[in-house]
Amino acid sequence: MSEGRATSLTIETPEGVVFSYDLASPVTRALAWIVDAAAIGLLTQGAGKACEWLGKLNQDWATAIYVILYFAISVGYGIVLEWRWHGQTIGKRVVGLRVVDAQGFRLQLSQVVLRNLLRLVDMLPAVYLVGGLACFCSRNCQRLGDLAAGTIVARVRSPRTPDLEQMAPAKYNSLLAYPHLAARLRSLASPESVSIAVRAVSRRDGYEPLARIELFRELAAYFQSLVQFPEAACEGLTDEQYVRSVLRVVYGGGRG
Amino acid sequence: MIIDLPRFVEAERAYWDELHAVLAKMEAEPERRLPLTEIRRLHYLYERCSADLSRLDTFATEPQLRAFLESLVSRAYSEIHETRAPAKIRWKAGVLAFPRAFRRHLGAFRLSVGVTLLGCAFGWFALHVDPRNKAILLPFSHLLIPPAERVAHEESAESAKEDRLKGVKASFAAELMTHNTQVTVMALALGVTFGAGTLILLFYNGVILGAVATDYIVAGQGVFLAGWLLPHGSIEIPAILLGGQAGFILAGALIGWGDRTPRVGRLRAVAPDLVAIVSGAAVLLIWAGMVEAFVSQYHQPVIPYGLKIAFGLCELAALSFFLGRVGRE
Repeated sequence: MSEGRATSLTIETPEGVVFSYDLASPVTRALAWIVDAAAIGLLTQGAGKACEWLGKLNQDWATAIYVILYFAISVGYGIVLEWRWHGQTIGKRVVGLRVVDAQGFRLQLSQVVLRNLLRLVDMLPAVYLVGGLACFCSRNCQRLGDLAAGTIVARVRSPRTPDLEQMAPAKYNSLLAYPHLAARLRSLASPESVSIAVRAVSRRDGYEPLARIELFRELAAYFQSLVQFPEAACEGLTDEQYVRSVLRVVYGGGRG
Repeated sequence: MIIDLPRFVEAERAYWDELHAVLAKMEAEPERRLPLTEIRRLHYLYERCSADLSRLDTFATEPQLRAFLESLVSRAYSEIHETRAPAKIRWKAGVLAFPRAFRRHLGAFRLSVGVTLLGCAFGWFALHVDPRNKAILLPFSHLLIPPAERVAHEESAESAKEDRLKGVKASFAAELMTHNTQVTVMALALGVTFGAGTLILLFYNGVILGAVATDYIVAGQGVFLAGWLLPHGSIEIPAILLGGQAGFILAGALIGWGDRTPRVGRLRAVAPDLVAIVSGAAVLLIWAGMVEAFVSQYHQPVIPYGLKIAFGLCELAALSFFLGRVGRE
């Protein structure tokens, strides 16, 4: 694996806005491929059954149709589905992946065709060895087909609006009784530390009791090191309650 | 400045939902032309959501919200900044795209022909030096029989009466079509090895072709050879050369000699031409497969050689006219 392999691809628009795609790892891509291989197997098996029935009328033409259908399904499966489903196949839908243009533009038919035709090389000598190696070695986890077509495979993000109520419910917050300290905390808390705190709060019920106590103790200690609130504000607050109060301060809302 | 996130979401959610709805509609109907008012609204929503995303950049916020806005902005960006027209399957334009793409990259085609001819020369040389090399160079058992013997057998009265392909003609044609299409696509795909793979594949094809031709011509069976190969070969061989042309175009875009455009841009520019050439070659190979199974395998006295050769030459002339003249702007 190359050291410089990225986990996301960042694109800056001419307006100066930056957005990113989470790149799919070779492992998730392999999972999607297994599902797709199964789907292709089922489709060709279905075609085989239909041609078997047709063989009762004319064996020669039935064999010819099967040979052509087998080829068309193997080559056309990825092309048709990725084009019709905006970069997704059955496997990519199941695993939550999507083929996107590496520069953030709309995916073109020529790109879809090219990346699928180049599978012939990526599949060599067996089980996508060339493509897998290219994925591991390329910075954006691209197989040769992706490099030639200018595409990447990204993880799909759910277009749901986040549930803010669960994260920072608007309740009484003793820290907000000291607005100057609250403002100082907002300015000092780094996005990374707040992000960790948010994840810790949202997953708190899944932790072992001791690990939960330890985690929130460390988080509370970190936030206390940034700003020291008077004892009256922290009285009776557990470490976990303190961290949640900090989040309400950072995100706003709540009553002081 | 610190934002009040719930209030921020409450104020902006309507715009995000509206942009999401507009994008979903555009993605479902890519060919739909938006009226000016809708374009202006889309642009406004894109700028508003971009501004929201920029505001979030400076604050410690929930990653899910950022991911949601990034997803919206990236989708809107791809719709607004894309300058290539959405692909529409139009048969007339599709048919014309093939000869136009071929003519745009004549250098790559010449290289493809040159490498194949070099292979042919090697095949001729190998057989000329030692005829026993035939067993090494030719992978098909029916080509190892002495040409005179094969011609005598296939022109015999029994062969004329008995159709050896009876009951398997269609499946034989299908196998030829799929196999040759795979070889052509492989010639394109191997272009990704900076052209080395394409070069080897074309050279090897040329070696086989040169060895077969030498074997039959030296044995005095040139007419049989022309009558056997021309009906399908006049289409099949150019189709594989077109695959090689596509491979060299791809290699050229990867290498980018004397071109200051970034590699991604070069590949993006040639992608539609590659697809047009390979699709055209695949269609040609369907025809060639049918001809090889239904015409090429029948020799004099069933089909006179003159007729077969004339048919092959007519096909070659038609293909040359199509690639050289059709769709000239």
